[in-house]
Amino acid sequence: MESRRDVFQAIADPTRRAILLLLAAQALTPGAIAENFDSSRQTISKHIQILTECELVKAEQHGREILYHVNAKQMSEVADFIEAFRKLWDERFNKLESIMKTYKSKK
Amino acid sequence: MELKTKIHAEDNRQELTITREFELPLELLFQAYAEAEIVEQWMGTKVLKLENKNHGSYRFETTDPRGNKHYFNGTYHTYVPEVKIIRTFEMENTPFDVQLEFLDFESLTPDTSKLTMKIVYRSAEMRDQMLKLPFAQGINMAHNRLQEIVKKRN
Repeated sequence: MESRRDVFQAIADPTRRAILLLLAAQALTPGAIAENFDSSRQTISKHIQILTECELVKAEQHGREILYHVNAKQMSEVADFIEAFRKLWDERFNKLESIMKTYKSKK
Repeated sequence: MELKTKIHAEDNRQELTITREFELPLELLFQAYAEAEIVEQWMGTKVLKLENKNHGSYRFETTDPRGNKHYFNGTYHTYVPEVKIIRTFEMENTPFDVQLEFLDFESLTPDTSKLTMKIVYRSAEMRDQMLKLPFAQGINMAHNRLQEIVKKRN
């Protein structure tokens, strides 16, 4: 359960989702990934590191280069989808809670 | 950290249960469901109709980032303030069938309360489809972002 939550934290970020989509099309070097974004190479490499740590992407030595590709097995585990559904409701209820807390103080 | 909102969804069943504990007294939690103005804020929707009574009905309108309007409606089967709401929920003009929702409100302490929301779908397949919706929307957002990136480069 713990590692699964990490996975969802990883894909909660739009840049990391975009990286996953890029890698779903083809394996890329860190430099080639970074070229697709306005963010610094350092920022992108941090994102890649997070994706690697929760095993959503895998690094593979290819001659002198390192290529990143999507770890299909882990991605299919994500497919139980429940966490995204939970998060939607959690955010909704958080909003309800914070609105009602200020509502209370107004009284 | 303990998760505040929990989902219980067993395989091959046509229902699921959402539970949430609030740092709010029961009356404030229920008020968030009863007053149109507050519903609009936390649901991010416009409330066209909200009849808080047995056999009353409600209708919401949301506008997506492209300006398209979406409508949601339902009927209250049972409406008991600060105890329970049994209602239907339907997204208009979508392939998704109406769903039945049982909302139970309970007080835990004078300052905390709990909501248990059971949703029953037409079939187990329909439930799974609805479960996947937020995930699919997340992927769509990523797709849109990707398109923006590509546009910027060209």
